[in-house]
Amino acid sequence: MFSETPSGMSRRHFMKHMAGASALTVPALTFGNAIQANAADLKSRRKSAIMLWMGGGPSTMDIWDLKPGSNNGGPFRPIATSGNAQISEHMPMMAKNMDKMAIIRSMSTREADHGRGRYYMHTGYVPNPNMEHPSYGSVLSHELFDQRPDLEIPPFVSVGGASVGPGFLGMAWAPFSVNSNGQVRNLKMDIEEQRLMQRMAALDAIEKSFIGQKRGSAAEDHQKILRKTLNLMTSDQMEAFKVNKEPAEVIERYGDNNFGKGCLMARRLVEAGVPFIEVGLGGWDNHTDIFNTLSDTKLPMLDKAMSALIEDLNERSMLDDTAIIWMGEFSRTPRINGNTGRDHWARSWSVAVGGGGMNGGIAVGETSADGTRVETEPYTSQDVMASVCKSLGISLNTTFTSRSGRPMKIANSGKVIKELFS
Amino acid sequence: MSRTYQRTIRCLIAAAVTGLVLMTSVASSVAQTELPQVRTINQHVRVQWTDYEISPSAKATEGEWCRRVYLDIIGRIPSTDELKSFVSSKESDKRSKLVTKLLYNDDYIEEYARNWTTLWTNVLIGRNGGMEDRSLTSRAGLQKYLRDSIARNKPYDKMVLELVTATGTTAPGSEKFNGAVNFLVNKVNEENGTQATADTAKIFLGLQVQCTQCHNHPFNEWKQQKFWEMNAFFRQSRALRTFAPGTRDIVAAELINEDFGGEDDVAEEARLFYELRNGLLQVAYPVFVDGTTIGRSGFVSDVVRRDELGKLMLESTYMDKMIVNRMWAHFMGYGFTKPIDDMGPHNAPTHPELLEFLGQQVRENSYNLKELIRWIVLSEPYSLSSKTTSSNKSDDPLLGEQPKFSHFYLRQMRAEELYESLLVATEAHKTQGSYEDQEKTKADWLRQFIVAFGTDEGDETTTFNGTIPQALMMFNGALIKQATNADKGSFLWKVANSKMSPKEKINYLYISGLGRAPSSAEVSMANKLYTARKGDSIAALQDVWWAVLNSNEFIMNH
Repeated sequence: MFSETPSGMSRRHFMKHMAGASALTVPALTFGNAIQANAADLKSRRKSAIMLWMGGGPSTMDIWDLKPGSNNGGPFRPIATSGNAQISEHMPMMAKNMDKMAIIRSMSTREADHGRGRYYMHTGYVPNPNMEHPSYGSVLSHELFDQRPDLEIPPFVSVGGASVGPGFLGMAWAPFSVNSNGQVRNLKMDIEEQRLMQRMAALDAIEKSFIGQKRGSAAEDHQKILRKTLNLMTSDQMEAFKVNKEPAEVIERYGDNNFGKGCLMARRLVEAGVPFIEVGLGGWDNHTDIFNTLSDTKLPMLDKAMSALIEDLNERSMLDDTAIIWMGEFSRTPRINGNTGRDHWARSWSVAVGGGGMNGGIAVGETSADGTRVETEPYTSQDVMASVCKSLGISLNTTFTSRSGRPMKIANSGKVIKELFS
Repeated sequence: MSRTYQRTIRCLIAAAVTGLVLMTSVASSVAQTELPQVRTINQHVRVQWTDYEISPSAKATEGEWCRRVYLDIIGRIPSTDELKSFVSSKESDKRSKLVTKLLYNDDYIEEYARNWTTLWTNVLIGRNGGMEDRSLTSRAGLQKYLRDSIARNKPYDKMVLELVTATGTTAPGSEKFNGAVNFLVNKVNEENGTQATADTAKIFLGLQVQCTQCHNHPFNEWKQQKFWEMNAFFRQSRALRTFAPGTRDIVAAELINEDFGGEDDVAEEARLFYELRNGLLQVAYPVFVDGTTIGRSGFVSDVVRRDELGKLMLESTYMDKMIVNRMWAHFMGYGFTKPIDDMGPHNAPTHPELLEFLGQQVRENSYNLKELIRWIVLSEPYSLSSKTTSSNKSDDPLLGEQPKFSHFYLRQMRAEELYESLLVATEAHKTQGSYEDQEKTKADWLRQFIVAFGTDEGDETTTFNGTIPQALMMFNGALIKQATNADKGSFLWKVANSKMSPKEKINYLYISGLGRAPSSAEVSMANKLYTARKGDSIAALQDVWWAVLNSNEFIMNH
């Protein structure tokens, strides 16, 4: 897959030149993850996750949990799918793939402000002024990192939108943000590698001495990022970002737009060994004219890209090892407002998950006929996160230690949604 | 209209007079007695050190303090000459003199105004405001307004009043141009001005009300009713597009006040309705956060609601505390609350009495923010080293602790600060184009770090926060290539061709970038680079300079 050599130089060349730099007492620059393990064995059980993040708060009543016959229902009709649950008529391609996805229709959360909802859904914790919690991508890539000793590119990639940061895990677990064309700026080196290594040696001397002065963790984080950057600059794996090298018909199948390319890049990155990719699709904050916006632009775009992604992962036998999470910060009011829009609503809504061995074709939980209440056991951000962790083989007893020494259980002690596993 | 005009003129005269008085009083009182405000800051901060049984770090070195003050006040590191002149001065009041120079000296007014214009633009409309295709905002218009206001040191309360009450057109050069309209112009038309409501309350009063738009907040004293009563102040506001004569090209937008008929067409009692979560409709008229009501008429000839709001805000101590908290956080790294613009009763400040005191002082000093800056940067906590000790290493807000300001908190430069610092460090600022061209180049460069969240509120974040894209830019970006280039006439070329000895040249680079001389280990590393470059001294200087600019020590304000 990565047959082309990047225009700069290969990692092998780079390693060779380490010898030349050693005259300058080069510090131990680590490449990749130096865990000793049987590579083939690791590869066979390596798990990944792709989050499709719907910024703005998508109206799940118009997508996954339609309410025909209710005043709140809106104009969209439900259609049958390859699974047991019906979805919106504007998602015909996803309808053919719903046997691989589950809809959790009994989500009930409390955060209906964008910033707070984004934080809560990404971390499983409500915002707290005294603590920054790590987000999905940071937590999962941290847990899944050891499965890929050869990974040279960042384990948490965010495409086409902003994610939530690494919190107390530190900047080394921050999302690597790229645009959907996969062009990484400033990647090209303009000096020969031996000289770069000598510069790095001089730089490392300043870094170390500054860190030694105990001025705070930001100084150490800086040094870690420098090393990750050096790794990435010299890696053949950067080819995975070059989504525009895909054949035109493949790009067309995903949709020749930012989200389509983002999903296609996510597939390429999973193939390259990246454990967590978040693809953003914004524009769901539909306070006005919601139905035209959804049927004309948002849903066709989502339908195309998401279905192509699921089909490709399935075809490559990767879906069982790749969890897919579709969600936004909250959903929208069942009641349609005076501007033919819907406002923020967190009390009763849906999230879609699939892959990673989770049961497909089902809808978990139910909302009332007018969509305003959850009528079965309510689920939360923590529960979704716990279920995703289980699907990836991550123990729910995993505990992190915050920088203050406070132990924090993964997924904030959420409970596994049992219908997804049986 | 004419009344507003007269009032504006009066404000301007008052501002000018205040400025003059302050200038003279400053000049005569530099003799080294500790300012009462500085003394009070020190007392309050010390009380907490005692209470928590921590002792403060040692003082920062003079070079570190000087670098800090330049970065925080004018947005860039000091040049080698500026640093040397400060460090070598033997005057006992040299710190106070440097602060006065950066705040009031004509040589620094442009840089001071540029820095605070950037900061305020980001606060008022975000890093991306005015950059989107359909935006009505003129970023250049807002910046022109801010630059003029800040360069003349317009009192803060007047600036708030102007931003909240402005009418006129957005873009410089248009007939009714008033750059202040750009704060609100893109926030009033959609969704009944809820964005204008939320931003005005948050930015100037430190009250986060956006959650209460739809429901009573579970742990915020603000109720839904208050949100809509506040929102009612913005219902006469409207943004109109103006077209180039004879075309459909939008040249600017105009923010106006027009009659508001109320949602049920009774303009004499113009009210709005909002919906409770149980579906019941409620009525709201304009009522300020403290319960003060104004006339209910929606006719502009009876009452201009935004003007009334502006007056009420100016009387509110929330405004005083918010500006203190914002400025304190800018200089100290953390505010008295976190986040700094959420100061409602549910979020107790770390130093309530000090916050109260500084708020009063700002009001009593006619909202001259330069004096607030002086008090903060001359205080003891600002003068401390960022090196922690065994006694105070627990004072780390990153650990979830409330800040006690017992040492300086290490933090990264903002992208804008890095940009300006690189220009100064490489003396590239001496050969720039017009102000507008410079700002345009900088804005284009900054855009690479902005990522949006995809909501209607236009919220965004930056990847210039210690991530890989930032490191790649520092390794290989055009800005660094330019800073390390060795062409004839460049910064490094001049250093290389100066009369300095090789050792002095290395020294010069370390002082230019880091404000200190190199250690012996660093000197020997540089010597090895000379050898590796086979005596090509300018190439070796390039390597050293690249390493200096890429270091944590360079990019951190420490």
